Amino acid sequence: MPTDRKQSVQSTSRQLTVVQALREAVREEMRRDEQVFVLGEDIRIGGSFLFTLGLLDEFGSERVLNTPISEAGFVGLAIGAAIQGMRPIIDFQYGDFIFTAFDQIMQQCAKLQYMSGGQVSIPLVFQLPTGASGRGAQHANSVETVFCGIPGLKIATPATPYDAKGLFKSAVRDNNPVMFCVHKHLYGSKGRQLAESSISRGHVPDEEYLIPLGRGDIKKRGQDITLVANGLMLHRSLNVAEALENEGVSVEVVDPRCLAPFDTDLVINSVVKTSRLLIVEEGSERGGWGAQLAADIAGQAIGFLDAPIRRVATPNVPIPFSPVLESAVIPDEARIRSVILELMDH
Amino acid sequence: MRALTIRLPQVPDFAPLDAYDHDLLREIYRRMVLIRQFELKVNELFLQGVMPGTIHLSLGQEASAVGACLALEAGDVITLTHRGHGQALAKGVSADSLMAELFGKVTGCCRGKGGSLHVGDMSVGALPAIAIVGASSPIAAGMAFAFKRGETGQVALNFFGEGTANKGDWHEALNLAAIWKLPVIFLCENNLYGVSTHVTEVMAIDYVAERASAYGMPGSTIYGNDPIAVHEAVKSAADQARAGGGPALIECLTYRRGGHKRDDPGAYRPQEEVQAWLRTDPIPAYRERLLADSRFSLSAIEAIDAAVASTIDASVEFALASAAPTTESAWEHVYAD
Repeated sequence: MPTDRKQSVQSTSRQLTVVQALREAVREEMRRDEQVFVLGEDIRIGGSFLFTLGLLDEFGSERVLNTPISEAGFVGLAIGAAIQGMRPIIDFQYGDFIFTAFDQIMQQCAKLQYMSGGQVSIPLVFQLPTGASGRGAQHANSVETVFCGIPGLKIATPATPYDAKGLFKSAVRDNNPVMFCVHKHLYGSKGRQLAESSISRGHVPDEEYLIPLGRGDIKKRGQDITLVANGLMLHRSLNVAEALENEGVSVEVVDPRCLAPFDTDLVINSVVKTSRLLIVEEGSERGGWGAQLAADIAGQAIGFLDAPIRRVATPNVPIPFSPVLESAVIPDEARIRSVILELMDH
Repeated sequence: MRALTIRLPQVPDFAPLDAYDHDLLREIYRRMVLIRQFELKVNELFLQGVMPGTIHLSLGQEASAVGACLALEAGDVITLTHRGHGQALAKGVSADSLMAELFGKVTGCCRGKGGSLHVGDMSVGALPAIAIVGASSPIAAGMAFAFKRGETGQVALNFFGEGTANKGDWHEALNLAAIWKLPVIFLCENNLYGVSTHVTEVMAIDYVAERASAYGMPGSTIYGNDPIAVHEAVKSAADQARAGGGPALIECLTYRRGGHKRDDPGAYRPQEEVQAWLRTDPIPAYRERLLADSRFSLSAIEAIDAAVASTIDASVEFALASAAPTTESAWEHVYAD
């Protein structure tokens, strides 16, 4: 059964925001395993998106560490601790700050296992708020895109509280570095206040569960066209798909949930059924994960397609501040809708 | 631009060896000679065109590697630099697995996937080398963090060169180690040159160790071609770290006998400086001190030289006889299970 977003919103069962679900995942994993610890900037006040709120009270400053503004330093430190058997979780206030630590990510974290011939492994989770949210160009990167070309990293981009919790628990237990990228609009917090919205809220069961890294999910069943989207774009795509349902266009919405490993088979199986493919992502069009997926589908399933593969992504510009300009470049529902209709005319 | 100022060696009076254990003195000599002969052999194999890749030799810097590693316990860990063959041998990586790694063989310490720039063996506490200047310092601090948290009593030692002291990662690592009182020793092998750039051109202070006080940790500058002095300094820093005293910075003044890497003759170095430092070669100096000690005879020392020579010859035979990795193994170890 697809995990229908509408269904989960209507449910009378427990509703959490994404950040609440993430904190629950962290607490459960920290209680389960003494080796798990959290470090990051301003964790005393919960960091920027309240990911660490309350953790200090429960686990103390030995396991919840407030760091200096030294991203390269504390990423390297977490790598060293992971090599010696610990399981660090690094909370980045903004995923955008990871670039000051990029040697540690790309050259150390992603490669030490490989170049040591398997002598070391690095279980390490990066909690990375991603995407544009009205803060200007340097706090608007779709950081997940940058990691796609780095062998050795796993990348999760959950869009719902249910997926966020289940994937996060798997990330903590994974023996590899996991870049856990959550869109800034999806946490359910704004300016260190909880700010719930329909997209940040959803059903999370009481009982424990895990979602394996690398398994996608069909968020809405459909017959006419396959739409692959993640993060904030998944919610915009679902809104469009639900509206089009009333107009006689049946869109199947596939959420890859992880970019590495990528559940390509799930997309192929959907395309075999619908014969049309649209890929929606917030990152820059050039070099995006959608470009790789388009190449993979073209290479493995082009015979099933009745129309060209299309992509909707942000054009190759930095993200501007003015709300008018930001909305002009970030894919919105109108653009997604118009490309779906173009493909249906094909 | 700052001018290059020639830095001549200042050789102190050596301490008498009477107070030191015979086996330790012997092992210091053996490992220094092992490194020297290993690297001379590697250089020869390169010149013959037999060995692939690139190499950065540590000829002349044997005393700091050996003095430091022999002051550590077996369970302690080190991080190595791009100039890491000597550090690896000093910590106990076998000559066989090291030579095989340089040849890219499957029997190498990293199964042929690391090469000269990434040698190491976790089973003897040598984290496969990190060849990016500065990057290993926070990682060493992180290993020390795990030791402190697990109350294991282990210490991490971070080898780096003086050029590293101008990198941001390094400064961040020193600060983190100091604020969290981590059991880590930052060991600078100051050989005066970052490739061709002299330390006096790129640092407005005289010594790297002066920077320690800015982070609230002890710093000392010692003559790094005396393995005994290095051993003393590291032993004392390790004792402090184990007792919860936090990190220390030790700067060992030394010199590369050759250039930066195999295709670099080091012609940018003033001859006056080169000649003065070449006369301070740590191995003959230490050998003389051993011979002045009644516990060591010439024949005993020559026996060590001969044993090392056969170890090196055997390592080359082992490496040449070893299989190359299977091509399938290029796809292994990208992700851990």
